[in-house]
Amino acid sequence: MIQSSSSQAVLNDDLELVGQARRGEPEAFPELVNRYERKIYRLARHITQNEEDAEDVLQETFLKAFANLSQFQGHSKFYTWLVRIAVNESLMKLRRRKADKVVSLDEPVETDDGDVVVRDIAAWDPNPEQQYGRSEMNVILTRAINSLPPGFRAVFWLRDVEELSTEETANSLNLSIPAVKSRLLRARLQLREKLNRYFRKHGDNTPDHL
Amino acid sequence: MGTTRQITCKQLLKELTDYLDGSLDRDSRVQLEAHLAKCPNCWVVCDTTKKTIEVFRGMDPYPLPDDVKGRLMKALQRRCGHAGHA
Repeated sequence: MIQSSSSQAVLNDDLELVGQARRGEPEAFPELVNRYERKIYRLARHITQNEEDAEDVLQETFLKAFANLSQFQGHSKFYTWLVRIAVNESLMKLRRRKADKVVSLDEPVETDDGDVVVRDIAAWDPNPEQQYGRSEMNVILTRAINSLPPGFRAVFWLRDVEELSTEETANSLNLSIPAVKSRLLRARLQLREKLNRYFRKHGDNTPDHL
Repeated sequence: MGTTRQITCKQLLKELTDYLDGSLDRDSRVQLEAHLAKCPNCWVVCDTTKKTIEVFRGMDPYPLPDDVKGRLMKALQRRCGHAGHA
């Protein structure tokens, strides 16, 4: 992965802010909150699929991060550390709702690689995102990802949107690395299929199977 | 140098995630790309899966609703002793 110099600067800056917050400088932690609150809220919304739970997760994540700043070793990015706290909080919310028939992330899902089937093969426009306005795109993508099973959704979100490594995703979700890879493949293929109807090239309607 | 082993569409699918993540070893990548060059269906699946990841990665985090932001700041103020930015 290529790291741009500006994102490297943000990472260094994060560590500096963490140091300042530990030393009790009052502006430092709020600046970290300001940087990541939207992403943490979005992550929590996607995992819990519940606005109230997502707000609780948002608050708990930053409160726990503040209370445990001394435990942040700086071996990972600050944001990755925050994501792990947010995922744990989100999973606890999901488990609490299990009684309401909400499927938990750690419930077993089909992981047999032998039967991955790809349907609906159609080429897309080179820049599919340009066909839709920003808010329309957000609706399309949110609808697509929310229709995935929770176990697939969380893996896809952490790996492909938050760009955590396979190992970090496995640790955050208490999954094995093969389970992460298997779920990621299925999630990617299912999303691809869901987006086909929006992004396929005009006139490309080839029904086919692999 | 050995001859390139041919892989099937099913094998390609199994390795697609590692390929897109850039974590395949060189020989497997060469085999996979040789298959992609000959198989239009697999090429389309690979290309559209790659674009799927790209469009999600480019998704905007929507702004935090004002009331949610306000309650977060209050909670931080109560428990951590600072008000945060507006």
